Amino acid sequence: MTATEFVPPAVDDDAAQVSRLVAQDVSLAYGDRTVLDGLSVQVPPGKVTAIVGANGCGKSTLLRGLARLLKPTSGSILLDGRDIHEQSTRDVAREVGLLPQSPLAPEGITVTELVGRGRHPYHGLFKQWSKADDDAVAHALELTDTLDLAHRPVDELSGGQRQRVWIAMVLAQETGLLLLDEPTSFLDIAHAVEVLDLVTDLNQRGTTVVMVLHDLNLAARYADHLIAMCGGEVLCEGDAASVVTAANVERVFGVRCQIVPDPVSATPLVVPLGRHHV
Amino acid sequence: MALDTRPGTPSNSAAPDATRLVRDVRRSLRRRYVLVLAAVVVVWLGVFAARVLLGDVTVTIPDFVRIVLGADIPVASFEVMESKLPRAVAGTLAGLAFGAAGAVFQSMLRNPLASPDVVGVTMGSSAAAVVGMTAFGLDGIPLAVAAVVGGLVVAVAVLFLSGSKGVATYRMILVGIGLAATLQAVIQWVFTTTDVYKAQDAMVWLTGSLNSVTWGEILRMTVTVALLLPVVAALAPRLQLLELGDDAAAGLGLRAAPTRAWLMGTTVVLTAVTTSVVGPIAFVSLLAGPITRRINGGRPSIPIAALIGAAIVVAADYIGAYLVGTTNMPVGVVTGIAGAPFLLWLLLASSRTLKDG
Ligand SMILES: Nc1ncnc2c1ncn2[C@@H]1O[C@H](COP(=O)(O)OP(=O)(O)OP(=O)(O)O)[C@@H](O)[C@H]1O
Ligand SMILES: [Mg+2]
Repeated sequence: MTATEFVPPAVDDDAAQVSRLVAQDVSLAYGDRTVLDGLSVQVPPGKVTAIVGANGCGKSTLLRGLARLLKPTSGSILLDGRDIHEQSTRDVAREVGLLPQSPLAPEGITVTELVGRGRHPYHGLFKQWSKADDDAVAHALELTDTLDLAHRPVDELSGGQRQRVWIAMVLAQETGLLLLDEPTSFLDIAHAVEVLDLVTDLNQRGTTVVMVLHDLNLAARYADHLIAMCGGEVLCEGDAASVVTAANVERVFGVRCQIVPDPVSATPLVVPLGRHHV
Repeated sequence: MALDTRPGTPSNSAAPDATRLVRDVRRSLRRRYVLVLAAVVVVWLGVFAARVLLGDVTVTIPDFVRIVLGADIPVASFEVMESKLPRAVAGTLAGLAFGAAGAVFQSMLRNPLASPDVVGVTMGSSAAAVVGMTAFGLDGIPLAVAAVVGGLVVAVAVLFLSGSKGVATYRMILVGIGLAATLQAVIQWVFTTTDVYKAQDAMVWLTGSLNSVTWGEILRMTVTVALLLPVVAALAPRLQLLELGDDAAAGLGLRAAPTRAWLMGTTVVLTAVTTSVVGPIAFVSLLAGPITRRINGGRPSIPIAALIGAAIVVAADYIGAYLVGTTNMPVGVVTGIAGAPFLLWLLLASSRTLKDG
């Protein structure tokens, strides 16, 4: 093994029981507008968790709280048992990687440089770029299959390529926990599946993933654990079979549907019922 | 996908080829950057040399060296030490400050048209300085302090009034233009109520001029630039993270608000002190950034923008001094006249990419 020792958290049976990231009775607000009120979740370790819910129900807000971007007005977020706000942003950034819903690519930036930004938590005023950083960037590019784009400007990439490059950036951060806010937005079905396969690959290598997904069917198929949110609260959580039910879908999205088994994965498949064509 | 997903045996580091590829890409970008930087240094040096050696009195390089070392050559010595050299040095310092500040504003506010001028900060410094000069007879360091305070007040006011979360929306620019217009009115009012001679001095200063800089003023600018440019350089890697958006930056361990406050504070002080000496030289901070991106493969760079600023100011001062008529035209008039068409072009070229928020 070379200088970059990206050792994911141990997945032995004991450690696997303890959640590394926990929200305890957390309220999150923007100014005096409270979005989440007294919400508790435990991120299942070593698993892929999907957060689903209608637009504006607070999914991104929860993710921002978990990543230390928003300070809870009450309750606390614990990372490895310690309040996340008692740890420095930089320390947290070495443990938790966040891909925001709409990150911005600076003008003219190349893929290598963008992915290299992910190394910031490891740099200081006197610790500059090193071989370990090159190694981490290269590894992130390999994992996301974007090595052949290394020299290209990000502006010139397709949406799917760009999304993979952003994921590479958070991978270069070498964190055991990944929070992805709608990693498949703007992607066609082929690219969406490709990104979710990548998520599964990463998970199999030991990374714990929490992602916001809008496609219930893909969420049911790719996530080990689902959290359904509604109006700033957790409606229910659990495996796909228990969360993706016709009753829950109607409560969360206000749309009636039928649930059939996914012919490929046997997970629930949501077939919405509109007013026409049924 | 070249993935090793067998449980228990994941490869946790990159293949040597991949690492080499990343390193090579990074080095070639670095090489290109250094080349562009070197080219800009050469341009600035050329302009500087022309400013110091040519003009109504031509000085040879050996003579120039002797003069700087203290020799007394009739006419030439006076010309070089009292006019040519101080103006070239002051122009360089002012250009470095304005160019760097413009580049920082544009990256920080994610808007190619942002600059201390456009956002109204320069006008804040100007108004405070004009009031200080005419009403209180300020000069030197107190005047610089007044300009800094004026600039900072406007910066805070613009951020507050535009409800900005750090991005220069049209709203922020409109608030900046509005405040600038108000301050302009204040300046006019001051002019009408002070005596003509004071108003005349302030007027010349307001156009931006290197005509009467002194070595004492140059020292003040040198200290400011020497102290604050390194601060800006140290903040540059964080600025690069801010460019990804506040959430992504925070996810990478950066605290966006304090970083922005530091960047804003440093650049406002840098431009305000410079402005208190040479006046608000129009368009330099606005244009240095876009020119940089033009010649640097579409990528912003603070050092390149600073040097371009320096080259612009020194060149414009040279043009004003020797190439336009017989009068010693202030540098701000030259940049003002030349900058306007450039700005129009920039507006047209960037109207597609300018995002409102
Ligand atoms: N920066 C902000 N300032 C004020 N209010 C905000 C901010 N960001 C989000 N909100 C509000 O908080 C609520 C939850 O927003 P959030 O972004 O968490 O929703 P979401 O579930 O991620 O929605 P979407 O599916 O559309 O991304 C919304 O009502 C939104 O208007
Ligand atoms: Mg969201």
